[in-house]
Amino acid sequence: MPRPPFPEAPEGVSRRLFLNWLTVGWVGFGGALGAGVTAVGRLFFPNITFEPPQQFKAGFPNEYAINKVDERFKKKYGVWIVRNERGLYILSTVCTHLGCTPNWLEGEQKFKCPCHGSGFYSTGINFEGPAPRPLERFKVNLADDGQIYVDKMAKYQWEKGQWNDPASFLELA
Amino acid sequence: MAKGGLFGPLRDSQAWKSIFRHGPPDNPKNRVLVVLMNVFLHLHPIRMKKSGVRMSFTWCMGGITFFLFLVETITGVLLMFYYRPTADYAYADIIALREHVPIGVMREVHRWGAHLMVISVWLHMLRVFLTGSYKPPREFNWGIGVILLVLTLLLSFTGYLLPWDQLAIWAITVGSNMARATPFLGHEGPGAALLNSLMGFDVVTAGSDARFALLAGRLVGEATLLRFYVLHCVFIPLAASLLMAIHFWRVRKDGGISGPL
Repeated sequence: MPRPPFPEAPEGVSRRLFLNWLTVGWVGFGGALGAGVTAVGRLFFPNITFEPPQQFKAGFPNEYAINKVDERFKKKYGVWIVRNERGLYILSTVCTHLGCTPNWLEGEQKFKCPCHGSGFYSTGINFEGPAPRPLERFKVNLADDGQIYVDKMAKYQWEKGQWNDPASFLELA
Repeated sequence: MAKGGLFGPLRDSQAWKSIFRHGPPDNPKNRVLVVLMNVFLHLHPIRMKKSGVRMSFTWCMGGITFFLFLVETITGVLLMFYYRPTADYAYADIIALREHVPIGVMREVHRWGAHLMVISVWLHMLRVFLTGSYKPPREFNWGIGVILLVLTLLLSFTGYLLPWDQLAIWAITVGSNMARATPFLGHEGPGAALLNSLMGFDVVTAGSDARFALLAGRLVGEATLLRFYVLHCVFIPLAASLLMAIHFWRVRKDGGISGPL
């Protein structure tokens, strides 16, 4: 008498079918979990921040006095606009030591950081205190309407030789 | 006198028996059950060596740290009844907690408790290190402890911003600048430039890096205040509570509090 066949799986559910559905289930679960984690992670990066824009128009060049450090956009945009005989440049108000905001001391002709005492000339070059490098400059050019256009997305660092880049300085005849 | 002394009738009542499923702790079995059957006590060892709790050995620093965590939780919840985490109200509410609220020392208690907790956590860690209690089989619990240390420091850091004065804003400005240098996740950190060039566009920028996620912006602002408030009051305490439960449980499971050498 031949041996009885291996017991059949319950009606309608083969091993293959079970494993296939198990795979579908795990892949679906993993996908849903991944999507959920991604969505929660994305939640922490809002589409809109209520901060001043990174690009802005700063008025016309003749509104800036020669050899003066202008502070009108310090609070709103975090920049000083410095005019000299040749043109003007945009300095970041973020101290290169630990990120505080220095003050411009007109009498002493220097930027002085209140946190740890770093000092910078009006060019942005550091000369005292713990700051390891000069202040950063931002991209500047003239908009079509003749206004100064500042782009904070592009920064220029002296120690990388980037102050030679024409975009870091607005030549004025 | 009824059987079982003064509290005999009470112990025989259905209400008492519905709460305590075991008899009075007057024999070794019931004394074990007292610890085993209580949700708060069951994290403790049933019994330990008498020398294991010697003050000169433990400094009681773990226990003091836990006590301070409870103090911080209670005083912190009390502060939440008055404090509003918005730029308009935060600083005024901090002043109000001192000037307008009866016995206006709750914030001082919270603040000093926080300082003490940081100190006691470090001393606890020093004690565990000096007594070699980080060695197997306790190495996993040392790891949990290191995470708890970081969470304690993060609680201090997030709480630092909430008074919303000049010290708070600049301390968080300076402190969060470290996140710029996070490998791959900070826009000035190692690997950020590599990621950006691999992707072909700027993935990690000042507007999308770890610091941005922490501050909810490029600068410390009102969104940062709210974010730190939620981290300080909800997220980090919950995470710390979970890890503390594991920490205490493992003290027991890894052979109890380590004995003097």
